Amino acid sequence: MKGLDRILLAHGGGGKLTAQLVREAFLPALGNPALAALSDAAILPGLPPGRPALTTDAFVVDPPIFPGGDLGYLSVCGTVNDLAVSGAKPLWLTWALILEEGLEGGMLETFVAGAARAASEAGISIVAGDTKVVPKGKGDKAFAVTAGLGIVPPGRDLGDHRIQEGDILLVSGPIAEHGATVVACRHAMAGPGLVSDCRPLASLAAALLDSGAEVHVMHDPTRGGVATTCNEVSGRRGLRCVIEESSVPLRREVAAVCDLLGLDPLYVACEGRLLAWVAPKDAPRALHALQSHPQGEGSAVLGRMEAGREGSSAVVLQTRYGSERPLDYLAGSDVPRIC
Amino acid sequence: MCLAVPMRLIRREGDAGTLDLDGVQREVSLALLPDAQVGEYLLVHAGYAIGTLDEEEAKITLQLLKEVAGHSEARHDF
Amino acid sequence: MTSEEAFDRGAFGDPGAVAGLASEIRKGAERLGRPVTFMEVCGTHTNAIAAAGLRRLLPGSIRLIAGPGCPVCVTPVGYVDRAEALARRDGTTVCTFGDMLRVPSSTGSLERVRAGGGDVRIVYSPRDAVELARQNPSRQVVFLGVGFETTVPTVAAALDEAEATAVSNFMVLSGHKVMPPPLRALASDPGVKVDGLLCPGHVSVITGWRAFTFLPEEYGLAAVVAGFTPTDVMRGVRDLVRQVAEGKPEVVNLYSRVVTAEGNARAKSLVERYFTPEDQIWRGFGAIPGSGLGLRQTFAHRDASLIEVDVCVPVEPEGCRCGEILKGTINPPECPLFGRECTHESPVGACMVSSEGTCAAWYRHERLSLGGTP
Repeated sequence: MKGLDRILLAHGGGGKLTAQLVREAFLPALGNPALAALSDAAILPGLPPGRPALTTDAFVVDPPIFPGGDLGYLSVCGTVNDLAVSGAKPLWLTWALILEEGLEGGMLETFVAGAARAASEAGISIVAGDTKVVPKGKGDKAFAVTAGLGIVPPGRDLGDHRIQEGDILLVSGPIAEHGATVVACRHAMAGPGLVSDCRPLASLAAALLDSGAEVHVMHDPTRGGVATTCNEVSGRRGLRCVIEESSVPLRREVAAVCDLLGLDPLYVACEGRLLAWVAPKDAPRALHALQSHPQGEGSAVLGRMEAGREGSSAVVLQTRYGSERPLDYLAGSDVPRIC
Repeated sequence: MCLAVPMRLIRREGDAGTLDLDGVQREVSLALLPDAQVGEYLLVHAGYAIGTLDEEEAKITLQLLKEVAGHSEARHDF
Repeated sequence: MTSEEAFDRGAFGDPGAVAGLASEIRKGAERLGRPVTFMEVCGTHTNAIAAAGLRRLLPGSIRLIAGPGCPVCVTPVGYVDRAEALARRDGTTVCTFGDMLRVPSSTGSLERVRAGGGDVRIVYSPRDAVELARQNPSRQVVFLGVGFETTVPTVAAALDEAEATAVSNFMVLSGHKVMPPPLRALASDPGVKVDGLLCPGHVSVITGWRAFTFLPEEYGLAAVVAGFTPTDVMRGVRDLVRQVAEGKPEVVNLYSRVVTAEGNARAKSLVERYFTPEDQIWRGFGAIPGSGLGLRQTFAHRDASLIEVDVCVPVEPEGCRCGEILKGTINPPECPLFGRECTHESPVGACMVSSEGTCAAWYRHERLSLGGTP
């Protein structure tokens, strides 16, 4: 937007400045007929056949611009990915921003451009939006809140209820990249290889499902990382998830950040990876489908599901030394430690 | 309180060192190791370099480990 | 071998070498023919051992217990109470290592104080706190100085920087402790029966391995200075078994790639400049003379313990047996609160809070072997 130096309270007031912001900052980048109509609600064309899938997400990230992305790109990818791993084709998103008074215009431009880029990569449209401005000191630069609508084709039934004992767990690439990159920024660490993995997964998820492999469920391991997601799944199914330490794909830069700050990569967020639980007979086919896709480079077999065991944690790590250790939910947030 | 990691000193300016671990770089204070040389591996704790790694000793230790690995029965009965 | 290969941390975790060492330890234990107990006294050792599941690789005749090696665990309730009071004080910012955030005080924790509006910031380095002070001259910045000999020099260096660059609003609340006095107390305690000690590798980088010669010389205890990778720990246990078998206890430096006899002279002299030994309370031990470090009087202007603030009378958690856990006289499962009222999600004593506290390590890593392994 021309000459937008900083966001003022008036930009969220609904008057001239708001209209100008929408016209000049949002529409050109995100423009599509539904959004351009600027009505109170987006009236959409009818849904394709299948079951609608609806998700919502809120995004808070510090720093809001990081290697590999920004709040805008992250918020659109995150929403698209929730739909994609649910087996839905993502169609339309809403995008609402809460901006802090004083936010630099350049930063907002970056968020909008990021959102537009993600929308284009994912093949979706942002059809409704809103902007509010809170007084300086009452909002950490910017928050984004989204909703996403997609369609699950007829006959597709993914869900944790389909997971069986013996299922193989696949991951679509190296883990912990987003979380490690962001926390590294906060602690003045950097490196050319330290980049968020943030990306839309719609195409990758579709490729996996189209491969014909029997996929039971997919999840994206965002906050809390792989271990947290596996705990959620195993808990719901009363099964035990065994992860092989030597199979966990991890880039050396990410391992270095985790070592420096005392973090366990299995609990650090990914924003461009999916976990897939597949029938054992189809594991090779599923893995091949992931590995052949540009967004699935580095895909690997992570582990397997076993029968639940009395007195055992729901998720365990088989260490490279042949011993087992539990991977329970983290208590509190994983803070950098020195001890 | 012993979480410390070996990093390579790639640049220094007075007491300020830039250290690298597997492609991740950070500014680290050399106030506790004023004689640190660029190229050395230093042990880093809480943003300070606290000790220098001895390459010869490291190699000796690794050699010992190679030998003991060679003799292992590699039993995994857990 | 290149430099990069020599310092490749993966090589020091090689599973083949760990298996080979486990096999040699087994043979050594069989030859020894009796049960032995070794104690490690560094929280980082506790965590490293648990993370790699190393206890399960040791024969049943070797008992490896965790002593008072976690500076967070041994921080008394009164210190955290004072830190909280400072965080609530107008115009004061408390900076701390992340480890301290959830340590229980008499009434809550720093995490809860932060949620209630107190100014608590997590830093990776004491330098970050000095920088914060520099950028916020109107605030009093108090750094929580917790940690053993590895960490104290970094705080001394931060104080030195604050002095040299006239950052007058940077202060330290010292809860720092040193290792030899509690080790002497343990070695002289008739209730504590250990045959040898795995000595802290990074403390030794500062102090030099000679700081631990009193263990064999005065108490007949076997001692090794060991690093933190799985092979370092296993080599440590192997040598302790050897020392006990041969009946010739000494200090063996197995972390020679970074530990020397005399340690880091510059670090020691900086510590000497800013700190002086003082008596301090260790959770579970009570007061141990000369076991702590306080700021010297010449630096009273840097000493946050002199700030006037209302602190409640410390309330120790009821039923908590952290003290005995730290002395190694009981294991976590023997504490009636373990896994019940005291869990990692809602801890009672600090042994469960710190990710390296004995109880937290057991709870997170070793619940599977709760039944059987000693």
